[in-house]
Amino acid sequence: MTRATTKSLFTADLLLPAVGGAFRKLHPRALIRNPVMFVTACVASLLLVLLVAGSDTLAIGFKLQLVLWLWLAVLFGTFAEALAEGRGKAQAASLRATKAELTARRIRNGGSEQVAASQLRAADVVLVGTGELIPADGEVIEGIASVNEAAITGESAPVIREAGGDRSAVTAGTRVISDEIKVRITVDPGQGFLDRMIALVEGAERQKTPNEIALTILLVGLTIIFLIAVATVPAFATYAGGTIPVAVLAALLITLIPTTIAALLSAIGIAGMDRLVRFNVLAKSGRAVEAAGDIDVLLLDKTGTITIGDRQAAEFRTVSGIGSEELAETALLASLADETPEGRSIVLLARERFGIARNRLPDGAEVIPFTAQTRLSGVRIGDTLIQKGAVDSVLKANPAAAQSAAATELRRITVEIARAGGTPLAVAKDGRLLGAILLKDVVKAGIRERFGALRAMGIRTVMITGDNPLTAAAIAAEAGVDDFLAQATPEDKLALIRTEQQEGRLVAMCGDGTNDAPALAQADVGVAMNTGTQAAREAGNMVDLDSDPTKLIEVVGLGKQLLMTRGALTTFSVANDVAKYFAIIPAMFVTLYPGLGLFNVMGLATPESAILSAIIFNALIIPLLVPLALKGVAYTPMGAGPLLARNLALYGLGGLVAPFAGIKIIDLAVNGLGLA
Amino acid sequence: MTIQGWILILAFTGILLALAKPMGLWLFALYEGRRTPVHAVFAPVERGFYRLSGIDPAAEQGWRRYAVHMLVFNIALALCTYALLRLQNVLPGNPQAFRAVAPPLAFNTAISFTANTNWQSYAGESTMSNLSQMLALTLHNFLSAATGIALAFALFRGFARRSAGTIGNFWADVTRITLYLLLPLSIALAVFYMASGVPQTLAGSIDAATLEGGRQTIALGPVASQEAIKLLGTNGGGFFNANSAHPFENPTALTNFVQMVSILVIGLGLAFAFGKAVGNTRQGWAILAAMTILFLAGTGLTYWAEAAGNPILHQLGVPGGNMEGKEVRFGIAASALYAVVTTAASCGAVNAMHDSFTALGGLVPLFNMQLGEVVIGGVGAGIYGFLLFAILAVFVAGLMVGRTPEYVGKKIEAREVKLAVLAIAILPLIILSFTALASVTAAGLAGPLNKGPHGFSEILYAFTSAVANNGSAFAGLSANTPFYNGLLGIAMWIGRFFIIVPMLAIAGSLAAKTYTPAGAGSFPTTGGLWIGLLVGIILILGGLTFLPSLALGPIADHLAMIHGQLS
Repeated sequence: MTRATTKSLFTADLLLPAVGGAFRKLHPRALIRNPVMFVTACVASLLLVLLVAGSDTLAIGFKLQLVLWLWLAVLFGTFAEALAEGRGKAQAASLRATKAELTARRIRNGGSEQVAASQLRAADVVLVGTGELIPADGEVIEGIASVNEAAITGESAPVIREAGGDRSAVTAGTRVISDEIKVRITVDPGQGFLDRMIALVEGAERQKTPNEIALTILLVGLTIIFLIAVATVPAFATYAGGTIPVAVLAALLITLIPTTIAALLSAIGIAGMDRLVRFNVLAKSGRAVEAAGDIDVLLLDKTGTITIGDRQAAEFRTVSGIGSEELAETALLASLADETPEGRSIVLLARERFGIARNRLPDGAEVIPFTAQTRLSGVRIGDTLIQKGAVDSVLKANPAAAQSAAATELRRITVEIARAGGTPLAVAKDGRLLGAILLKDVVKAGIRERFGALRAMGIRTVMITGDNPLTAAAIAAEAGVDDFLAQATPEDKLALIRTEQQEGRLVAMCGDGTNDAPALAQADVGVAMNTGTQAAREAGNMVDLDSDPTKLIEVVGLGKQLLMTRGALTTFSVANDVAKYFAIIPAMFVTLYPGLGLFNVMGLATPESAILSAIIFNALIIPLLVPLALKGVAYTPMGAGPLLARNLALYGLGGLVAPFAGIKIIDLAVNGLGLA
Repeated sequence: MTIQGWILILAFTGILLALAKPMGLWLFALYEGRRTPVHAVFAPVERGFYRLSGIDPAAEQGWRRYAVHMLVFNIALALCTYALLRLQNVLPGNPQAFRAVAPPLAFNTAISFTANTNWQSYAGESTMSNLSQMLALTLHNFLSAATGIALAFALFRGFARRSAGTIGNFWADVTRITLYLLLPLSIALAVFYMASGVPQTLAGSIDAATLEGGRQTIALGPVASQEAIKLLGTNGGGFFNANSAHPFENPTALTNFVQMVSILVIGLGLAFAFGKAVGNTRQGWAILAAMTILFLAGTGLTYWAEAAGNPILHQLGVPGGNMEGKEVRFGIAASALYAVVTTAASCGAVNAMHDSFTALGGLVPLFNMQLGEVVIGGVGAGIYGFLLFAILAVFVAGLMVGRTPEYVGKKIEAREVKLAVLAIAILPLIILSFTALASVTAAGLAGPLNKGPHGFSEILYAFTSAVANNGSAFAGLSANTPFYNGLLGIAMWIGRFFIIVPMLAIAGSLAAKTYTPAGAGSFPTTGGLWIGLLVGIILILGGLTFLPSLALGPIADHLAMIHGQLS
C-alpha cells in the first residue's frame, strides 16, 4: 500500500551508524524511558557483578554466556530504535543544510535589506526573486511565480504560487524559478514547516503517543507480575529443600517479561511516522497517525478526489425539431476557442460522433469570452451568434426563447441530465434553443473498489460537493460512496463533522482553502494539501506534500498498520512465555522434584542448555523481528472480525508454537557447539 | 467417570444457563431501580430505612464518593463484628456459654466475613454463640454479598452511561439488593432447607445418649437461615465446621443440587444483566459462554482426576475413584462438581474435603481461585473481575485490528489499562509473597499437616483462598494461630478492597467517556473468536504467574503419585 520504498532498510550506511547509536542509547537516562528494557539492563548488570562476587555451583562459562545474551537483548532493542531513527536523521541533515543557507531581502521603510533568515519574524515582508530560496514560511501578497518545491516534496515539477486565493502559501527552502513575489512571513524562527519537518523526521522530540503510553503501562504491569512470580521462587525452593541460583532466576525473569515488544516498541512508532513521511505526508503528531487508524467517517471532496475534476462532454441532447448534427456543429463552433478541458472535450465529442473535421474558426469570427457576470461564452460568425453556457444563463440571455416550448423541453432535459449525474450546458443559435450538451463528471477509475475496501474496514465515506442533490446522488451512486452532502458550504461541512463527532465517530477530511480551515481543525484527522493556504496548513494535523486528496485512504491504512504492528508483537511476545516456561521450569526444578522433568517436552539436553537456549531465543527474536517492526505487519483492508482471526492465528498461535521450535533448534546448536 | 456423573454435570450446567436470563432480568430491574413483585412487601421497609438514616436514594455519587461510602460502611461493619466477637461472653444469645473470641481470631473473622470470604479458622459450633452466628455472621452474609453486587452495578453504569459524572448511589444499591433480591430468595431457600431437614432453632445443643451408651453433644442452632444466604451470597461460612458436608447443613442430594445452583445463579444472572445494561444481551451471553467453557473444563478435569483415583491405592488392591474425604451420599461426581462450583464462585462452602482430593483434583479449585474467581465468580466480584480481564483482552485485540481499543462502546485508554493491571496484579502479588513468607518462616511451617509438595499446596491454597475471598480451606492447615490469623486477615482485606477501588475508578473513568458506536471496523465482542480470546487471555495473564508455584505444589504432588511415591 505504501509506495515502493526507494531505500532498503538494511544498507551499510544505515546499519553502521545504528550500531554506534545502539551503544549510546545504553545511557540510563535514555534507557529508563523503556522500563522493561531498563529492568533487563539492571538484571544484566547484577549478573555481571555476581559473576565476580557470587558463589554458586554454576560454571563460570555458562554465567558469562547468560550475561552476554542479556546485554545483547538490551542492545538489540536500542539498535532497533537507532536504526528506525537513522533514515530520518539522514533526511534531517539535508534539510538542515537547506535551512543554513537561507537569507532574505527584507522590505523595511520602503527599502530592502539583506538579512539572515533566522532574523525574520512573523509579519515581516520579504522579496524573493528568480533563483532565490524562500527564506521562511509565508503567504504571497503580491505577484505570481513558479516555485520548485522539490526540497520539501521531492517533486521537481514547479508549481504556481500567487497572491490571493488558495495557492498563496510558500514554504521555506523552496526555490522561485521564475518571476518575483512579495511574501509576508507568517511564522517566527523555529516554528516553520522546515523546522517541524526536521524535528519530525529526526524523532528527536518524539513524544510517546497515548496508545503507546497505555501499552507501556500494560508491559510494565506484566513485568511487575512476573517479577513477583520469580522473586517468590527462592522461598518456594527453600521449602522444597533446595536453592535456585540467582543466574537461573534472572534468566527466568528476563524470558518471561515482555522484552520482545518492549525492545521494538519505539522502533515501531518511529518507523510508522517514517512511513508516513516517505509517503510524503507530514503528521504534526503521532497522536494524529493513531487517530487515522480509528477513523469512522471519511469526508471527501468530490472534485479531484472522487471525480477527475474536469467534466467531459458525453452526449448531445436536442430539443425536438433540431438534428443532433446541427447541435454538435454549433457546439463545436462555440468551443473551438474554448481551451478549457470542457471545451476541448466538446470538440472531441463532435468529431467522434459526427466526423466534423473543422478545427479552426472561420476568419472574422469574434470570440465572446466567458465572464462571471454573463456565465456565457460563444462566438459571433458574421451575423450568426452562438451562445453556450449554464441553462439558466442561456435562457436569461434569450428572454424570448425562454417562453417557448423548446425552453420547457430544455428544462426537462436539464432535470434528466442532473439525475444522471451530469451537468447540462445549453446551446443557443441566434436566440433559438438547440439543446444541451451533457457534461459528465468522470469518476476516477478504481475509486469504487477503494470505497468498497474502506467499507470493509468499517469506514463510511461521505462525498462533499457543491452540486445539486440530484447530480450529487447520481455521482455518489456511481462512485459507491455511502453518503453525500450536496450544495455544501464550509459551514455545512463543519456542522456535519460536529454531528458525526457528537455521535461518537472520528472524522477525517482533507482540504486546501482558507474556508476549509475550521473544518480541518475540527476534524480528528485533517489533512491539508501542501498547495493550500497557510491557514489550511496550520489548521490540519497532517500536510500532504503531494496534495493528493485520495491519499487520505492510505493514511488511514498506515495508522491502522501502526497499531496492528504493536498489537501483533505484544501478542507474540506474551504467547512466547508458554514455551519459555516449558524450557525453564523443568530445568530449574528438576533437582527438587525429578518428576517435573516430564515438562521438558522439547527434550532439551541439560538444564543449563535449556536455560541458555531460552535466553538466546529471547535475545535473537528481537533482531529477527526488526524488519517486521520497521516495515509494519502486512495489512489488507478487511473487516475487524476476519482481521482479528488472521492476526490471532498468525501472531497468537505463531507466538505459542514458534519458540518451541526455536528453542529446540538453539538447544541443538548449543550442545553441538559444546556451549553448555 | 459414569454416565450418571456426566448427566448430573450437564443437567446442572443446563439448568444454570436457563436460570441466567430470569435472574439477569431481576437484577437488571434492581440495577435500573425499577419495581419488582416483592416491592409490595418490602418497599415500606426501604422507605423507612431511608427516613431513619436520612439517605436520599436518588442522590447520585461519583466514583470517589461511592468508594468512600462503601469503605466506611465496610470498615464500620468489620469493627462492630470485632467488638461483638470479643464481647460474646457478656452478650445474650449464648446458651452454650462460649468464651470471648481471642483477638487474632476475632480480627481474622471480622475481616473474613466483611470481605465476603468467610474463611473460618474456627469451628463454628464450638466457638460462636448463637448471637454471633446470627447477628455478626449472617448479617455479613447479606451485606457483603449486597456490596459485591452493588459494585458490579457501579461498574455496569460506568460502561452504560455516557459523559456522566456519577455511577449510582451505594446505599440505595445495597438496600435494594438486600431487600428485593437476597432477603426474599433466602427466605424461600431457608424454608426449603427446613423442609429438607435442616435445623432452625434458637435452642442450644442437646446431649444424646448413643447406642453404645456414650454421650454425644449434638450442636443445633439457626442453621437453615444461615445456610440459605451462605450459598446464595457466595459467602461459604458454615454453621458447622464440616460445612456443607455436615448432614445438618446439606442433608440430601436435592439440597446439594440446590446449594450448587444457588452459589452460581446470581453470578450468571449478573453477566446477563451486564448485557442488558450495555444494551446488547449478546455481550452478556459472550461472557457467559467464556465462563461456561472455563467452568466445564475445570469440572471435567476434577471429575476425571477424582474418578481415576490413586494408583498407589489401586496397587494395594483398593480399586475405584478417590472417595477419601467425600460424603458417600454425594459420591464422586457431585463432590467434584461442588468443589469446582464453590471455587468458581468466591463461595468457599465445601461438601467434601479438598485436601483429600487427588493432586490434580485439588489443583483445579486452586487454579480457579488464582484466576481471580472470574469463572462465573462470586456475587458481583465475579463479573467485575471478569470485566477487568475483558478490558485487557480488548486492549490487545483492539490493537491487532488497528484501532485504539473499545469495549461496548467505551474507548479503553491508558487510565483504564493502568487501573485494570493494578487490580489484576494485586492477586499474584499477595498470594505469592505471603505464601513465600509462610513457606520459609517457622510460624508458617508450623501450619501445614503434610510435608513435601502437598504441605506446600496447603499453604498456597490458604493464601489463595484468602486473597481471592473464597474462604474454602485445604483442610490440612492449622490456621488458628496468630501468624495465620493475622496474615490471612490482611490478605483477605487487600484481596477485597485493593481490587475494588481501582475497579470503581475504572467505572468512574468509563462513565465520563462518550459512547463510540461499534462499526465494521471495531471487532465484535460477541462471537466465538472473542470468547476464545477471553478464555486465552484469562488463562495466560491470570494463570502463567502461578505456574512455578503450581509446579512445586499440586503438580509435583501429582507426578509423585503417578510414580508411586508417597510424598
